[in-house]
Amino acid sequence: MESTIVKAVDYNAYFGDNHVVKNVNIEIPRNNTIAVMGPSGCGKTTFLRGINRMHELIPGATAKGKILLNNEDVLEMHPIFVRLKIGMVFQRPNPFPNLSIYDNVIAGYKLNGIKLPKAEKDKIVEHSLTRVALWNEVKDSLTKKGSFLSGGQQQRLCIARAVAMEPEVLLFDEPTSALDPISTSTVEELFHELKKNYTLIIVTHNMQQAARCSDKTAFFYMGELVEYGETKQMFTNPADIRTQNYITGRFS
Amino acid sequence: MKDTVDNDLITRPDANSGRVIKSKKDPEAVSTTKRLKRSHRQIKAENIFRRTLTVVGWATVVLVAGIFVTLVLQSILSIKTSGFGYLWGKTWDPVRDIFGVYPFLLGTLLTSFLALFISIPFSFAVAIFLGEYFPKGWVPNLLKNTVELIAAVPSVIYGFWGLAVLVPIVRSFESKIGAEPIGLGIFTSSLILAVMIIPYAASLGRSMIQMVPSNLKEAAYSLGATRWEVIRSVILPYTRSGLFAGIMLSLGRALGETMAVTMVIGNTSLIPKSIFSPGNTMASVIANEFTEADHPVYLSALIELGLVLFVVTVVINMIGKQLIKGVTTN
Repeated sequence: MESTIVKAVDYNAYFGDNHVVKNVNIEIPRNNTIAVMGPSGCGKTTFLRGINRMHELIPGATAKGKILLNNEDVLEMHPIFVRLKIGMVFQRPNPFPNLSIYDNVIAGYKLNGIKLPKAEKDKIVEHSLTRVALWNEVKDSLTKKGSFLSGGQQQRLCIARAVAMEPEVLLFDEPTSALDPISTSTVEELFHELKKNYTLIIVTHNMQQAARCSDKTAFFYMGELVEYGETKQMFTNPADIRTQNYITGRFS
Repeated sequence: MKDTVDNDLITRPDANSGRVIKSKKDPEAVSTTKRLKRSHRQIKAENIFRRTLTVVGWATVVLVAGIFVTLVLQSILSIKTSGFGYLWGKTWDPVRDIFGVYPFLLGTLLTSFLALFISIPFSFAVAIFLGEYFPKGWVPNLLKNTVELIAAVPSVIYGFWGLAVLVPIVRSFESKIGAEPIGLGIFTSSLILAVMIIPYAASLGRSMIQMVPSNLKEAAYSLGATRWEVIRSVILPYTRSGLFAGIMLSLGRALGETMAVTMVIGNTSLIPKSIFSPGNTMASVIANEFTEADHPVYLSALIELGLVLFVVTVVINMIGKQLIKGVTTN
């Protein structure tokens, strides 16, 4: 039996008076890939950002309920420790433009004021870049600025930056929506590799991506978690009529 | 509905308003010519607009060049009389026609850079506070408006405030540390200047900090950075050139400020011995002595002082621009 790593209990998120995520209960098993899909404005990204408490960075945003990481409520923890354990990759690749590729990978340690010996840093950089299948492409240009890479490479660099902190969970907020098809498939292949060491939660607009990459899928609609289950089951035989309408393209 | 032809006139209901219109030609054609005429007018207006902008734009350049030329022409007499000794002469004695501006050059640079040094922590603090910590709400708004008001207060009021409040405070401070308790001087002027130049660096810095893309900040937050770490490692490196430009703006203001400085600097033409000594800046000398200049050489010497101030300001600005370039490409 797989153990649960992230569990939301009656989780609600608000922007001011606007109730965006409504009473979500979900259990996410370790070393799985979870796709979170739903139409625009359904609260899926807000839910994702709630998991590592990025949601509350926006002025006026609040949250209620519990999000348990290994049975510990992240809403009670200091957000900095939460974010060290739960990494995040964003919609648009956002490497730090003033840092080299090398420094971008190691940026998490630098930001947190952790000083490491050179040898150890080298090891982390090589290891993280290998994990995201970028090492062979950039090993000779580690001192170049991260912004010189192509969009797909930049996104993998951002994944490497998150991986370097050795988190337990990786959150992806529509990670391929700004990428071309080839880069998208490279990133999708990565998901299968990364799953071995991390738990992946991927918000996606792309239903094919959800079907291709995930073990389980959650469908959000109007702030509610409508359906959550095995991806195969969900795409072949959805239980809820709204899920069925969505995956058959009746609305988007 | 059917169109009825009456002689040359075409009568038919207008498609939009439903009113019956009469015209000699086809109504469609009429409206097209009207439209064409209108666009002709627009092109004309566009040309006039462009020409006006060009003229006004060039006018500013001509104006600055004109000021420079006037200063040079009016200074010729003094340049002939004093030569290069004018720049590093240490004595300014109009009675004996000895004109050396070194003490004032020193006074201007000392007060300006000291003021800059004092004001930078404040303007950066305001910029970061308003740009990143509390961009919205009534308290930050109040602070923002207050800081901007600092720039709007007439400088003579700063001078009064300096005389009434700052001078006694500085005087008692000077007597405590064993300096000559005058109160007026370089240090007091720098304090006043520091207050006056805060808004320039602060508001430019604030808008620069607000322009840092949120996805970069979020990247840092998602890696477990604290707010201070995000400011130090993401925001400050990203806004370096903007913050620097703000400092240059402040410095430019400090170099040229006249009234407030004239009122509290003590107005002596001696070389200041320390930052607590009274002195003079180039601007304060011009303001103080222009009405007393009773012979042509004296007047010309004061105008040449203006020329020197002009050149110093331009040179410092150019150095600043170069530095900003260096900082940005890095």
